[in-house]
Amino acid sequence: MEVPILKQGQYVIASVQSALTDADLRELREQITERVGRFRSKGVIVDVTVLDVMDSFAVRTLRDLAHMTRLRGAETVIVGIQPEVAFAMVQLGLSLKGVATALDLEEGLAFLDARAREHLTGGR
Amino acid sequence: MVSKQTPSAPRGEGPAPSEDTAGLLRELVAHLRQKRTALREEWARRITQAQLLTAMTEEEIFAEATSVYDNYVEALETGTFEALQAYARNLSERIIPRGVETHEVVGIVLLLRDVLARSLFAKYQEDFEKLNRILDAYEPAANRIANTVAVGFVQERERVIRQQQEAIRELSTPVLQVRERLLILPIIGVIDPQRARQLTEQLLRAIRTNRAKVVVIDITGVAAMDSNVANHLVQTVEASRLLGATVIVTGLSPEIAQTLVTIGVDLSEMTTVGDLQGGIEEAERLLGVKVVVITEAA
Repeated sequence: MEVPILKQGQYVIASVQSALTDADLRELREQITERVGRFRSKGVIVDVTVLDVMDSFAVRTLRDLAHMTRLRGAETVIVGIQPEVAFAMVQLGLSLKGVATALDLEEGLAFLDARAREHLTGGR
Repeated sequence: MVSKQTPSAPRGEGPAPSEDTAGLLRELVAHLRQKRTALREEWARRITQAQLLTAMTEEEIFAEATSVYDNYVEALETGTFEALQAYARNLSERIIPRGVETHEVVGIVLLLRDVLARSLFAKYQEDFEKLNRILDAYEPAANRIANTVAVGFVQERERVIRQQQEAIRELSTPVLQVRERLLILPIIGVIDPQRARQLTEQLLRAIRTNRAKVVVIDITGVAAMDSNVANHLVQTVEASRLLGATVIVTGLSPEIAQTLVTIGVDLSEMTTVGDLQGGIEEAERLLGVKVVVITEAA
Protein backbone atom coordinates (compact mmCIF):
# COMPACT_ATOMS: atom_id res chain seq x y z
CA MET A 1 0.00 0.00 0.00
CA GLU A 2 1.32 3.41 -0.95
CA VAL A 3 2.28 5.82 1.79
CA PRO A 4 0.89 9.35 1.42
CA ILE A 5 3.69 11.94 1.46
CA LEU A 6 2.63 15.47 2.38
CA LYS A 7 4.48 18.73 2.14
CA GLN A 8 4.09 20.93 5.19
CA GLY A 9 6.07 24.17 5.01
CA GLN A 10 9.73 23.32 5.19
CA TYR A 11 9.06 19.68 5.96
CA VAL A 12 7.94 16.50 4.26
CA ILE A 13 5.66 14.24 6.27
CA ALA A 14 5.10 10.57 5.44
CA SER A 15 2.39 8.96 7.51
CA VAL A 16 2.37 5.17 7.30
CA GLN A 17 -1.22 3.89 7.15
CA SER A 18 -0.81 0.12 7.30
CA ALA A 19 1.76 -2.65 7.39
CA LEU A 20 4.32 -2.25 4.62
CA THR A 21 5.88 -4.81 2.32
CA ASP A 22 9.55 -4.61 1.42
CA ALA A 23 8.59 -3.15 -1.96
CA ASP A 24 6.45 -0.47 -0.26
CA LEU A 25 9.39 0.45 1.95
CA ARG A 26 11.77 0.79 -0.99
CA GLU A 27 9.19 2.89 -2.81
CA LEU A 28 8.78 5.11 0.26
CA ARG A 29 12.54 5.62 0.50
CA GLU A 30 12.83 6.59 -3.16
CA GLN A 31 9.80 8.88 -3.09
CA ILE A 32 11.01 10.77 -0.03
CA THR A 33 14.59 11.27 -1.23
CA GLU A 34 13.18 12.58 -4.47
CA ARG A 35 10.64 14.95 -2.83
CA VAL A 36 13.20 16.39 -0.43
CA GLY A 37 15.05 17.81 -3.42
CA ARG A 38 11.93 18.88 -5.28
CA PHE A 39 10.41 20.74 -2.31
CA ARG A 40 13.79 21.95 -1.00
CA SER A 41 12.76 20.57 2.41
CA LYS A 42 14.79 20.98 5.59
CA GLY A 43 13.23 18.08 7.43
CA VAL A 44 11.44 14.74 7.01
CA ILE A 45 9.06 13.08 9.44
CA VAL A 46 8.12 9.42 9.05
CA ASP A 47 5.21 8.46 11.31
CA VAL A 48 5.19 4.74 12.10
CA THR A 49 2.52 4.78 14.83
CA VAL A 50 0.40 2.10 13.14
CA LEU A 51 3.26 -0.38 12.77
CA ASP A 52 3.12 -3.05 15.44
CA VAL A 53 6.11 -4.85 14.06
CA MET A 54 9.40 -3.68 12.57
CA ASP A 55 11.68 -6.22 10.97
CA SER A 56 15.35 -5.80 10.12
CA PHE A 57 14.58 -4.73 6.57
CA ALA A 58 12.22 -1.98 7.73
CA VAL A 59 14.75 -0.71 10.26
CA ARG A 60 17.56 -0.74 7.73
CA THR A 61 15.47 1.01 5.10
CA LEU A 62 14.48 3.75 7.54
CA ARG A 63 18.10 4.19 8.61
CA ASP A 64 19.25 4.41 5.01
CA LEU A 65 16.45 6.84 4.30
CA ALA A 66 17.64 9.11 7.12
CA HIS A 67 21.22 9.02 5.86
CA MET A 68 20.17 9.66 2.26
CA THR A 69 18.00 12.67 3.12
CA ARG A 70 20.80 14.07 5.24
CA LEU A 71 23.05 13.94 2.19
CA ARG A 72 20.38 15.94 0.42
CA GLY A 73 20.17 18.51 3.20
CA ALA A 74 17.20 17.34 5.25
CA GLU A 75 17.10 15.84 8.76
CA THR A 76 14.81 12.79 9.21
CA VAL A 77 12.88 12.06 12.38
CA ILE A 78 11.13 8.73 12.95
CA VAL A 79 8.10 9.26 15.17
CA GLY A 80 5.51 7.09 16.89
CA ILE A 81 7.47 3.90 17.55
CA GLN A 82 5.35 1.83 19.93
CA PRO A 83 6.88 0.79 23.28
CA GLU A 84 6.56 -2.91 22.42
CA VAL A 85 8.18 -2.34 19.04
CA ALA A 86 11.02 -0.36 20.62
CA PHE A 87 11.65 -3.13 23.13
CA ALA A 88 11.58 -5.82 20.47
CA MET A 89 13.97 -3.80 18.31
CA VAL A 90 16.64 -3.42 20.99
CA GLN A 91 16.30 -7.07 21.93
CA LEU A 92 16.86 -8.11 18.34
CA GLY A 93 19.76 -5.71 18.11
CA LEU A 94 18.08 -3.59 15.43
CA SER A 95 19.33 -0.11 16.05
CA LEU A 96 18.46 3.26 14.61
CA LYS A 97 21.79 4.76 15.68
CA GLY A 98 22.37 8.19 14.27
CA VAL A 99 18.72 8.64 13.40
CA ALA A 100 16.57 11.09 15.36
CA THR A 101 13.42 9.71 16.98
CA ALA A 102 10.49 11.36 18.72
CA LEU A 103 7.36 10.34 20.55
CA ASP A 104 4.81 11.51 17.99
CA LEU A 105 4.22 13.90 15.11
CA GLU A 106 3.99 16.93 17.39
CA GLU A 107 7.30 16.11 19.08
CA GLY A 108 8.90 15.47 15.72
CA LEU A 109 7.85 18.90 14.45
CA ALA A 110 9.09 20.52 17.66
CA PHE A 111 12.43 18.75 17.24
CA LEU A 112 12.83 19.97 13.65
CA ASP A 113 11.81 23.51 14.61
CA ALA A 114 14.34 23.55 17.45
CA ARG A 115 16.98 22.34 15.04
CA ALA A 116 16.13 25.02 12.49
CA ARG A 117 16.43 27.70 15.20
CA GLU A 118 19.78 26.26 16.24
CA HIS A 119 20.95 26.60 12.66
CA LEU A 120 19.90 30.24 12.50
CA THR A 121 21.38 31.29 15.81
CA GLY A 122 24.17 28.77 16.23
CA GLY A 123 25.84 29.81 13.01
CA ARG A 124 27.39 26.40 12.57
CA MET B 1 4.31 -66.74 57.95
CA VAL B 2 0.84 -66.88 56.43
CA SER B 3 -0.75 -63.62 55.48
CA LYS B 4 -3.56 -62.70 53.13
CA GLN B 5 -3.62 -59.68 50.90
CA THR B 6 -5.05 -56.71 52.73
CA PRO B 7 -7.95 -54.86 51.09
CA SER B 8 -6.03 -51.61 51.41
CA ALA B 9 -3.11 -52.98 49.44
CA PRO B 10 -0.26 -50.49 49.33
CA ARG B 11 -0.67 -48.05 46.50
CA GLY B 12 1.35 -44.98 45.70
CA GLU B 13 4.72 -44.86 44.05
CA GLY B 14 7.46 -47.37 44.71
CA PRO B 15 7.22 -51.13 44.35
CA ALA B 16 4.41 -52.83 46.24
CA PRO B 17 5.79 -54.72 49.24
CA SER B 18 5.53 -58.49 49.12
CA GLU B 19 2.81 -60.23 51.09
CA ASP B 20 5.31 -61.09 53.73
CA THR B 21 6.35 -57.44 54.16
CA ALA B 22 2.72 -56.37 54.22
CA GLY B 23 2.07 -58.81 57.05
CA LEU B 24 5.07 -57.61 58.99
CA LEU B 25 4.01 -54.00 58.52
CA ARG B 26 0.56 -54.87 59.85
CA GLU B 27 2.10 -56.42 62.90
CA LEU B 28 4.31 -53.38 63.31
CA VAL B 29 1.39 -50.97 63.00
CA ALA B 30 -0.56 -52.91 65.62
CA HIS B 31 2.41 -52.65 67.95
CA LEU B 32 2.76 -48.91 67.37
CA ARG B 33 -0.95 -48.36 67.94
CA GLN B 34 -0.81 -50.27 71.18
CA LYS B 35 2.20 -48.34 72.48
CA ARG B 36 0.92 -45.03 71.14
CA THR B 37 0.85 -43.08 74.40
CA ALA B 38 4.21 -44.19 75.72
CA LEU B 39 6.08 -43.75 72.44
CA ARG B 40 4.52 -40.38 71.76
CA GLU B 41 5.57 -39.13 75.18
CA GLU B 42 9.05 -40.53 74.74
CA TRP B 43 9.31 -38.76 71.41
CA ALA B 44 8.10 -35.41 72.73
CA ARG B 45 10.61 -35.74 75.59
CA ARG B 46 13.45 -36.43 73.16
CA ILE B 47 12.45 -33.40 71.07
CA THR B 48 12.60 -31.12 74.09
CA GLN B 49 15.85 -32.71 75.19
CA ALA B 50 17.46 -32.12 71.78
CA GLN B 51 16.29 -28.49 71.98
CA LEU B 52 14.41 -28.73 68.74
CA LEU B 53 11.32 -26.63 67.98
CA THR B 54 12.32 -24.05 70.57
CA ALA B 55 9.91 -21.62 68.94
CA MET B 56 6.98 -23.72 70.16
CA THR B 57 5.59 -24.38 73.65
CA GLU B 58 5.64 -27.86 75.17
CA GLU B 59 1.88 -28.27 74.74
CA GLU B 60 2.12 -27.35 71.09
CA ILE B 61 4.96 -29.78 70.57
CA PHE B 62 2.91 -32.53 72.18
CA ALA B 63 -0.16 -31.73 70.09
CA GLU B 64 1.87 -31.69 66.87
CA ALA B 65 3.72 -34.81 67.96
CA THR B 66 0.39 -36.60 68.36
CA SER B 67 -0.81 -35.79 64.87
CA VAL B 68 2.57 -36.48 63.30
CA TYR B 69 2.66 -39.82 65.10
CA ASP B 70 -0.82 -40.79 63.89
CA ASN B 71 -0.05 -39.71 60.35
CA TYR B 72 3.22 -41.59 60.49
CA VAL B 73 1.56 -44.82 61.60
CA GLU B 74 -1.16 -44.39 59.01
CA ALA B 75 1.42 -43.94 56.25
CA LEU B 76 3.14 -47.11 57.43
CA GLU B 77 -0.17 -48.97 57.40
CA THR B 78 -1.54 -47.87 54.05
CA GLY B 79 1.77 -47.36 52.25
CA THR B 80 0.31 -44.20 50.69
CA PHE B 81 1.89 -40.86 51.30
CA GLU B 82 -0.70 -38.43 49.97
CA ALA B 83 -2.31 -37.80 53.35
CA LEU B 84 1.09 -37.41 54.98
CA GLN B 85 2.23 -35.07 52.22
CA ALA B 86 -0.83 -32.89 52.70
CA TYR B 87 -0.29 -32.90 56.44
CA ALA B 88 3.40 -31.99 56.02
CA ARG B 89 2.46 -29.08 53.80
CA ASN B 90 -0.14 -27.91 56.25
CA LEU B 91 2.27 -28.26 59.18
CA SER B 92 4.98 -26.35 57.30
CA GLU B 93 2.54 -23.57 56.49
CA ARG B 94 1.87 -23.17 60.20
CA ILE B 95 5.41 -23.42 61.52
CA ILE B 96 7.46 -21.61 58.86
CA PRO B 97 6.21 -18.15 59.90
CA ARG B 98 7.32 -19.00 63.44
CA GLY B 99 10.91 -19.44 62.36
CA VAL B 100 11.20 -23.22 62.49
CA GLU B 101 14.31 -24.31 60.60
CA THR B 102 14.75 -27.13 58.14
CA HIS B 103 17.17 -29.00 60.41
CA GLU B 104 14.56 -29.01 63.17
CA VAL B 105 11.87 -30.55 61.01
CA VAL B 106 14.24 -33.18 59.64
CA GLY B 107 15.55 -33.69 63.17
CA ILE B 108 12.19 -34.46 64.75
CA VAL B 109 11.19 -36.90 62.03
CA LEU B 110 14.50 -38.73 62.38
CA LEU B 111 14.02 -38.76 66.17
CA LEU B 112 10.62 -40.38 65.74
CA ARG B 113 12.18 -42.98 63.47
CA ASP B 114 14.78 -43.72 66.14
CA VAL B 115 12.25 -43.87 68.97
CA LEU B 116 10.12 -46.35 67.04
CA ALA B 117 13.12 -48.43 66.03
CA ARG B 118 14.23 -48.62 69.67
CA SER B 119 10.84 -49.87 70.72
CA LEU B 120 11.04 -52.53 68.02
CA PHE B 121 14.45 -53.62 69.34
CA ALA B 122 12.96 -53.91 72.82
CA LYS B 123 9.99 -55.92 71.62
CA TYR B 124 11.85 -58.40 69.44
CA GLN B 125 15.12 -58.69 71.30
CA GLU B 126 14.44 -62.40 71.92
CA ASP B 127 14.00 -63.17 68.24
CA PHE B 128 16.81 -61.73 66.17
CA GLU B 129 15.53 -63.25 62.90
CA LYS B 130 12.13 -61.65 63.34
CA LEU B 131 13.67 -58.33 64.33
CA ASN B 132 15.67 -58.31 61.14
CA ARG B 133 12.64 -58.94 58.99
CA ILE B 134 10.59 -56.35 60.83
CA LEU B 135 13.33 -53.78 60.32
CA ASP B 136 13.56 -54.73 56.64
CA ALA B 137 9.92 -53.82 56.33
CA TYR B 138 10.09 -50.79 58.59
CA GLU B 139 13.22 -48.99 57.39
CA PRO B 140 12.36 -48.26 53.73
CA ALA B 141 8.90 -47.04 54.72
CA ALA B 142 10.28 -44.91 57.55
CA ASN B 143 12.92 -43.39 55.31
CA ARG B 144 10.34 -42.52 52.72
CA ILE B 145 8.23 -40.86 55.37
CA ALA B 146 11.19 -38.79 56.56
CA ASN B 147 11.89 -37.88 52.98
CA THR B 148 8.29 -36.90 52.30
CA VAL B 149 8.06 -34.64 55.32
CA ALA B 150 11.42 -32.95 54.64
CA VAL B 151 10.63 -32.40 50.98
CA GLY B 152 7.19 -31.06 51.88
CA PHE B 153 8.76 -28.58 54.27
CA VAL B 154 11.38 -27.39 51.80
CA GLN B 155 8.82 -27.07 49.01
CA GLU B 156 6.58 -24.98 51.21
CA ARG B 157 9.52 -22.77 52.10
CA GLU B 158 10.42 -22.33 48.47
CA ARG B 159 6.83 -21.46 47.68
CA VAL B 160 6.92 -18.74 50.36
CA ILE B 161 10.21 -17.41 48.98
CA ARG B 162 8.84 -17.31 45.45
CA GLN B 163 5.77 -15.47 46.67
CA GLN B 164 7.91 -12.90 48.45
CA GLN B 165 10.12 -12.42 45.42
CA GLU B 166 7.00 -11.78 43.38
CA ALA B 167 5.82 -9.23 45.93
CA ILE B 168 9.18 -7.44 45.92
CA ARG B 169 9.11 -7.34 42.16
CA GLU B 170 5.65 -5.78 42.13
CA LEU B 171 6.54 -3.20 44.75
CA SER B 172 9.90 -2.03 43.65
CA THR B 173 9.47 -0.58 40.20
CA PRO B 174 7.68 2.74 40.45
CA VAL B 175 8.03 5.22 37.61
CA LEU B 176 7.55 8.71 39.01
CA GLN B 177 6.92 11.98 37.31
CA VAL B 178 8.77 14.81 39.09
CA ARG B 179 8.14 17.55 36.60
CA GLU B 180 6.31 18.02 33.35
CA ARG B 181 7.99 15.61 30.89
CA LEU B 182 10.57 14.37 33.42
CA LEU B 183 10.37 10.86 34.86
CA ILE B 184 12.42 9.24 37.60
CA LEU B 185 12.92 5.50 37.86
CA PRO B 186 14.62 4.54 41.12
CA ILE B 187 15.85 0.95 41.00
CA ILE B 188 16.41 -0.82 44.29
CA GLY B 189 17.63 -4.34 44.87
CA VAL B 190 18.70 -7.11 42.59
CA ILE B 191 18.01 -6.91 38.89
CA ASP B 192 17.48 -10.28 37.25
CA PRO B 193 16.61 -10.67 33.57
CA GLN B 194 12.90 -11.00 34.31
CA ARG B 195 12.81 -7.87 36.42
CA ALA B 196 14.93 -5.95 33.94
CA ARG B 197 12.43 -6.82 31.25
CA GLN B 198 9.50 -5.76 33.38
CA LEU B 199 11.26 -2.51 34.29
CA THR B 200 11.87 -1.65 30.67
CA GLU B 201 8.30 -2.38 29.62
CA GLN B 202 6.93 -0.29 32.45
CA LEU B 203 9.27 2.58 31.69
CA LEU B 204 8.44 2.60 27.98
CA ARG B 205 4.71 2.67 28.69
CA ALA B 206 5.21 5.49 31.20
CA ILE B 207 7.25 7.47 28.66
CA ARG B 208 4.37 7.33 26.24
CA THR B 209 1.56 8.09 28.69
CA ASN B 210 3.44 10.96 30.37
CA ARG B 211 4.94 12.19 27.10
CA ALA B 212 8.31 12.21 28.84
CA LYS B 213 11.30 13.86 27.25
CA VAL B 214 13.92 12.98 29.85
CA VAL B 215 14.17 9.98 32.17
CA VAL B 216 16.52 9.74 35.14
CA ILE B 217 17.28 6.15 36.14
CA ASP B 218 18.76 6.09 39.62
CA ILE B 219 20.65 2.93 40.53
CA THR B 220 21.97 3.99 43.93
CA GLY B 221 20.05 1.06 45.43
CA VAL B 222 21.57 -1.53 43.14
CA ALA B 223 24.29 -3.39 44.99
CA ALA B 224 25.90 -5.29 42.14
CA MET B 225 25.82 -5.36 38.40
CA ASP B 226 27.10 -7.89 35.91
CA SER B 227 27.43 -7.68 32.15
CA ASN B 228 23.90 -9.02 31.63
CA VAL B 229 22.33 -6.32 33.74
CA ALA B 230 24.53 -3.66 32.17
CA ASN B 231 23.44 -4.77 28.72
CA HIS B 232 19.81 -4.61 29.82
CA LEU B 233 20.43 -1.07 30.95
CA VAL B 234 21.96 -0.19 27.60
CA GLN B 235 18.94 -1.73 25.85
CA THR B 236 16.55 0.24 28.05
CA VAL B 237 18.37 3.46 27.20
CA GLU B 238 18.26 2.66 23.48
CA ALA B 239 14.56 1.69 23.55
CA SER B 240 13.72 4.91 25.39
CA ARG B 241 15.57 6.90 22.76
CA LEU B 242 13.44 5.26 20.07
CA LEU B 243 10.45 6.80 21.85
CA GLY B 244 12.20 10.15 21.78
CA ALA B 245 13.28 10.27 25.42
CA THR B 246 16.80 10.93 26.70
CA VAL B 247 17.96 8.74 29.57
CA ILE B 248 20.33 9.87 32.30
CA VAL B 249 21.72 7.20 34.63
CA THR B 250 22.70 8.31 38.12
CA GLY B 251 24.12 6.83 41.29
CA LEU B 252 26.64 4.35 39.98
CA SER B 253 28.55 3.22 43.05
CA PRO B 254 32.36 3.05 42.95
CA GLU B 255 32.15 -0.76 43.03
CA ILE B 256 29.79 -0.88 40.06
CA ALA B 257 31.92 1.62 38.14
CA GLN B 258 34.97 -0.55 38.75
CA THR B 259 33.17 -3.75 37.76
CA LEU B 260 31.82 -2.26 34.57
CA VAL B 261 35.20 -0.93 33.47
CA THR B 262 36.93 -4.18 34.43
CA ILE B 263 34.52 -6.43 32.52
CA GLY B 264 34.62 -3.97 29.64
CA VAL B 265 30.95 -3.05 29.21
CA ASP B 266 30.63 -0.17 26.78
CA LEU B 267 28.53 2.52 28.39
CA SER B 268 29.79 5.32 26.15
CA GLU B 269 26.31 5.70 24.66
CA MET B 270 24.90 6.51 28.05
CA THR B 271 24.74 9.81 29.88
CA THR B 272 25.78 9.22 33.47
CA VAL B 273 25.79 11.69 36.34
CA GLY B 274 27.13 11.12 39.85
CA ASP B 275 24.05 11.45 41.97
CA LEU B 276 20.30 11.90 41.62
CA GLN B 277 20.46 15.63 42.27
CA GLY B 278 23.00 16.11 39.51
CA GLY B 279 20.85 13.96 37.23
CA ILE B 280 17.77 16.07 37.83
CA GLU B 281 19.75 19.26 37.27
CA GLU B 282 21.06 17.89 33.99
CA ALA B 283 17.52 16.86 33.02
CA GLU B 284 16.22 20.35 33.77
CA ARG B 285 18.93 21.79 31.58
CA LEU B 286 17.84 19.51 28.73
CA LEU B 287 14.21 20.50 29.26
CA GLY B 288 15.12 24.17 29.41
CA VAL B 289 13.74 24.53 32.92
CA LYS B 290 15.46 26.74 35.47
CA VAL B 291 14.75 26.58 39.16
CA VAL B 292 14.89 29.98 40.85
CA VAL B 293 15.17 30.41 44.59
CA ILE B 294 12.75 33.07 45.83
CA THR B 295 14.31 34.98 48.70
CA GLU B 296 12.00 36.58 51.21
CA ALA B 297 12.02 40.36 51.05
CA ALA B 298 13.96 41.64 54.04
